[in-house]
Amino acid sequence: MPDGSTLRSFVRIEGLKRHFDVSAPWLVRKLEGRSRQLVQAVDGIDIDIAKGETFSLVGESGCGKSTVARLVVGLYPPTAGRIEFDGQDMAGRRVRSESAALRRRLQMIFQDPYASLNPRWRVFDIIAEPIRAFGLATSKADLEKQVGDLLRQVRLTPADGRKFPHEFSGGQRQRISIARALASRPEFLVCDEPTSALDVSVQAQILNLMMDLQRRFGLTYLFISHNLAVVYHISTRVGVMYLGRLVEQAPTDTLFRRPKHPYTRMLLDTIPDLEMTGRQRTPVAGEVPSPLDPPSGCSFHPRCPFANDRCKAERPRSLPIEGGAVACHAIEEGRLAIEDRDYRPAP
Amino acid sequence: MTTVARSLSNKEPLLEVKNLRVEFPTRRGTLLAVDDVSFDIAPGEVLGVVGESGAGKSLTGNAIIGLLEPPGRIAGGEIRLEGRRIDNLPYEQMRKIRGARIGAIFQDPLTSLNPLYSVGRQLVETIQTHLPMSAADARKRAIDLLKEVGIPGAEHRIDHYPHQFSGGMRQRVVIALALCAGPRLIVADEPTTALDVSIQAQIIALLKRLCRDHGTAVMLVTHDMGVIAETADRVAVMYAGRIVEIGPVHNVIKHANHPYTRGLMGSIPSLGHRSERLIQIDGSMPRLTEIPRGCAFNPRCSERGRRCLVERPDLIPAGLGWAACWLHDVAGVGPAATKELADA
Amino acid sequence: MAERSAFGQWLHYAADSDIWWSFKSSATTVIAAAVTVLIVAMAFLAPVIAPHTPFDPSTLSLSDGLKPPVLFSPDGDWSFPLGTDDQGRDVLSSIMYGTRLSLIVGFASVVVAMVIGIGLGLVSGYFGGAVDALIMRIADVQLTFPAILVALLIDGVVRGLISVERHDEIATFVIIGAIGLSFWVQYARTVRGSVLVEKNKEYVQAARVIGLSPVLIMVRHVLPNVTGPVLVIATINLGLAIITEATLSFLGVGLPSTQPSLGTLIRLGNELLQSGEWWITVFPGATLALLVLAVNLLGDWLRDALNPKLR
Repeated sequence: MPDGSTLRSFVRIEGLKRHFDVSAPWLVRKLEGRSRQLVQAVDGIDIDIAKGETFSLVGESGCGKSTVARLVVGLYPPTAGRIEFDGQDMAGRRVRSESAALRRRLQMIFQDPYASLNPRWRVFDIIAEPIRAFGLATSKADLEKQVGDLLRQVRLTPADGRKFPHEFSGGQRQRISIARALASRPEFLVCDEPTSALDVSVQAQILNLMMDLQRRFGLTYLFISHNLAVVYHISTRVGVMYLGRLVEQAPTDTLFRRPKHPYTRMLLDTIPDLEMTGRQRTPVAGEVPSPLDPPSGCSFHPRCPFANDRCKAERPRSLPIEGGAVACHAIEEGRLAIEDRDYRPAP
Repeated sequence: MTTVARSLSNKEPLLEVKNLRVEFPTRRGTLLAVDDVSFDIAPGEVLGVVGESGAGKSLTGNAIIGLLEPPGRIAGGEIRLEGRRIDNLPYEQMRKIRGARIGAIFQDPLTSLNPLYSVGRQLVETIQTHLPMSAADARKRAIDLLKEVGIPGAEHRIDHYPHQFSGGMRQRVVIALALCAGPRLIVADEPTTALDVSIQAQIIALLKRLCRDHGTAVMLVTHDMGVIAETADRVAVMYAGRIVEIGPVHNVIKHANHPYTRGLMGSIPSLGHRSERLIQIDGSMPRLTEIPRGCAFNPRCSERGRRCLVERPDLIPAGLGWAACWLHDVAGVGPAATKELADA
Repeated sequence: MAERSAFGQWLHYAADSDIWWSFKSSATTVIAAAVTVLIVAMAFLAPVIAPHTPFDPSTLSLSDGLKPPVLFSPDGDWSFPLGTDDQGRDVLSSIMYGTRLSLIVGFASVVVAMVIGIGLGLVSGYFGGAVDALIMRIADVQLTFPAILVALLIDGVVRGLISVERHDEIATFVIIGAIGLSFWVQYARTVRGSVLVEKNKEYVQAARVIGLSPVLIMVRHVLPNVTGPVLVIATINLGLAIITEATLSFLGVGLPSTQPSLGTLIRLGNELLQSGEWWITVFPGATLALLVLAVNLLGDWLRDALNPKLR
């Protein structure tokens, strides 16, 4: 990692892998003579996140970005690799109290505001749950005060606590979800597509709220999104994922102004042009291959206009470049020139 | 307001929608989901209909293709295709028009395709329903259509089943299905929403090309302003069941005349500039049961006057288009409305 | 918080809810509910309102034997409106007490089935893997036998293990256990299915991120969200359980004649059917049919009312 020496990393992900067994049941396998099938959802990822920054992971559906989010918060155990949080190995916490202390400091915001709140619970109880679970309230009055404050922080009112989730709009539910995530006073929030289910005007509200809360509480975000424009606005640094691998990562401006990996360039080409610069979206041929049977070598090579025999055979290593890192033979060999991009409307 | 919102060209409109109202009777009273919507589409024109969820844009599309889900029903107004009223046709006649004159593309390609039949069979059946063709000719046309929508190896893919296609390829099959009988109008409801961005671009390019090559008009219903910006000639912005602004796409995006449209455009993150905060519209669109008096947008509007609280604006000429906002009326919005007054 | 007007608010929700509305708008359902309430009230108020206490031998007189119902025969006696059996027991009172027993056995066996089924279903769905495979295979095997056969088997085993007198004493519990054990599969499967859906929902994941234990997550989050389908099955199963009990009793392996349920009454009457004393078996039979029909109609309505797709 290029910044590794200068930044003290707050969250460090090393060689993270997660395979899913999607084989048929044992009996069917034996009877039909089929073999086990593994999906390499996350296939060796290194990320360093500094305190107070927003690191975003972007990629198309099935690239493994949501799996990374779930691995980081411990919803799945990793197949291989380490996740370190503030210098402590997350997997190593065997003692329950230690692991609870660690868990309190990281929380998650989910994508679907309709599925992420228990429909049978009142909002008050939903937000109070982490406070109760970690024993953070000294009394009932204290609990009520904390929940009231949390609701106000996400621009709702304490009286909203008496209602049920179905009485709120999508944007308001996402605020409740954020309030719950903040309830245990965490330092690190993993946000899995928090605005992709919302309408665009509401998305702006939620993104602004998240940026306000970050400044106010010094939060660190791991932000998962497929929307590059959203990522551009909220991130400090960005990683681009393709078929379980991180193909490029860089500080936001570098990634958007001087994209290197052909896949990053392709993704940037697909962003619709609202500024009316006359830039045409260039449709890229082909679709993401099935992660069940990923291509050899560089997994992007079947869609890449710059691919050669080496790309088909050898998996590229991630090499530092311009404050970021990129895994591409064409860049490494200098076959592919790095160009500046400008999205501002023509004057 | 029957003459408003004419398309830019002087051609006879292909589709005319006048004062369309769509109602949903519920036990708590009748909800007006589409309220007095009028617009037309010229032959070969792409009209984008944009709005947030619940704005009534999909219902407007469904009303046109005659596929309103009960208990929803057309409660008023008329829809004319090539001068002929189609909103009051019996189901069978409407079914013939749908397919032959109007094609439909929906968000989820899986729901438009029958998983039990090969795509070839579905295409051939649709072609033969609407065109007098032998099975062999219909199959040939089906292969041509699949080629045209960019399915590689169409001759042999035609016998595959929907589940053997990827999401993007399926949406191409659905487009081919919509094109079977050479319709004059395609109603596309969120055709790219279920697809990945790189595939979205492919589908948009395809729709645009087909539209140009065949002179087919498209009503493109979507929440994605980016898709509209690239594809549409004109755009209608819907809010709480009404069109609040309609005009040439470039003007609506760059010089919006309705405060809602301005807020909506501002809240879309763009790569052109980066700021500490995105522009946001506070609050959310009212539920159909709680639409405020006067202009439905007034509780969220920073420019509202007293008139906006009591009197509902219809579309008024504004710039190159039309906007339903008193700011564009000679009498204006009236004296500023304070928060207290608005709440009262 | 929120306790202040919790009940008032609940009432408000209930009166305003879609379920209440769908109930009111279905005449069949309202009638079925009325019939059910009437039968249940009659059964549980039996000691108060029944004209006789038919299973207290000291009140019986053989001279009252085999009186026909008053409405069907001039020989009837108004103190025995539905006639009497060969022992002189009042049929109406027998039905009241018998219905009470039938209902108790029905409810209790549904509760037993629910507890077993929900428990195993939760465990199976939440933990998956080998536990799930084991429980579900047992369920599959049990499903290949009709419930009545399973109940017969369990009852038979118990009979083999204990003496006849002892069996008569605990017959009610045996039959409740037997029926309960034969009905758990449906709950387990339904709950497992719902758990599989719910446990991948983000609110359950949120609870896992907080670090709640699996047991707490199941009880606090998953269980309340699978009650809908369970309630529907329970209602429909209540009818089935009552019928099963009646069948067992009719076959003579259920409740003894000293504690007759509707099924026992039908069996006792059946022996006299050939000699023309039809009322002894027809009235209990009609009551049973009416009760089960009403309960099933309620179950059907509940299933539709709780299914958002049909609303």
